Amino acid sequence: MSATWVMVLVVGAGTVAIKGAGPLLLGGRALPGRVNAMVVLLGPALLAALVVTNTFALGRSLTVDARAAGLLAAVIALCLRAPVLVVVFVAAATAAAVRALS
Amino acid sequence: MSAADPDPLDATHRDGVVRVMPLAVVVLIFGISYGVLSRAAGFASIQTILFSATTFGGSAQFATASVADAGGTAAAAILAALMLNLRYLPIGISVAPALHGPWYERLLRAQLVVDEVWAVSRVGDGYHRRLLLGAGVTLYASWVVGTLLGVIGGGLIGDPAALGLDAAFPALFLALLAGQVSDQRSRIAAVGGGAIALALVPLVPPGIPVVAAGAMCLLGLRPVRGSDAA
Repeated sequence: MSATWVMVLVVGAGTVAIKGAGPLLLGGRALPGRVNAMVVLLGPALLAALVVTNTFALGRSLTVDARAAGLLAAVIALCLRAPVLVVVFVAAATAAAVRALS
Repeated sequence: MSAADPDPLDATHRDGVVRVMPLAVVVLIFGISYGVLSRAAGFASIQTILFSATTFGGSAQFATASVADAGGTAAAAILAALMLNLRYLPIGISVAPALHGPWYERLLRAQLVVDEVWAVSRVGDGYHRRLLLGAGVTLYASWVVGTLLGVIGGGLIGDPAALGLDAAFPALFLALLAGQVSDQRSRIAAVGGGAIALALVPLVPPGIPVVAAGAMCLLGLRPVRGSDAA
């Protein structure tokens, strides 16, 4: 089986299990407080890692290219309280413009 | 949530659809861009559509595509995606009281409860069954139809990099992150996660830096100081 099939099937099955676990098995019971606190913190930690790797990583090297300009534009848009859709559009348009000009 | 609480409990499925409609437009467009990017990252059309239909989780799917596109291993992509989706464990538990019924119904309906659906379905201290289902079905349809459109139109759009679509990844994750850094501890987790990932990029294969950043969740073992425990 190809690597892409493995990714699709394992992540798909794993996500179905994660989403279904609470309603299926635990009923109304809550996770122990500390476990829950750890799970909640995974969100910001992983998302921040995705931001920096998707902006600055090129394989196994670090680089500053048009994506960094896009991210800067996204930060400005977020500070101006722009909706998510606008933030993403501004970032893509900025990166495209930088590439077109360079 | 009190069972005697009259107004919000009268909510219909349609109310759920209405509440989530502005987000449904965004999700449709993200679905399209996901379809395009997934194909560009080497996933077949059927794989891309099946992935959206089963996983229904934008950040995990984008993460999988980006790790694969960067040449990462399947294991790294799977770990990163599943760790991203681990937040659906507590979310699933929080909505469990609203999803009663036979086990297969609970399992199926739980699949609809993504971040945005969860956020718009809160009533008092609990979650409303019909809001969850109305909003969930709406966003699910947006995501899968968007993916389908992206897969179909992908060949027509051309080079995603020329359109800056690769810069859409970090911007999307940043926007999602902005909604999750509500207290000091989550901000520390975000800064630490970013620093760990950045430091590890030159040292380990693609995908692993993101998984390693998950170690910041150990902060959750420390008792929260002061009163902002929520």
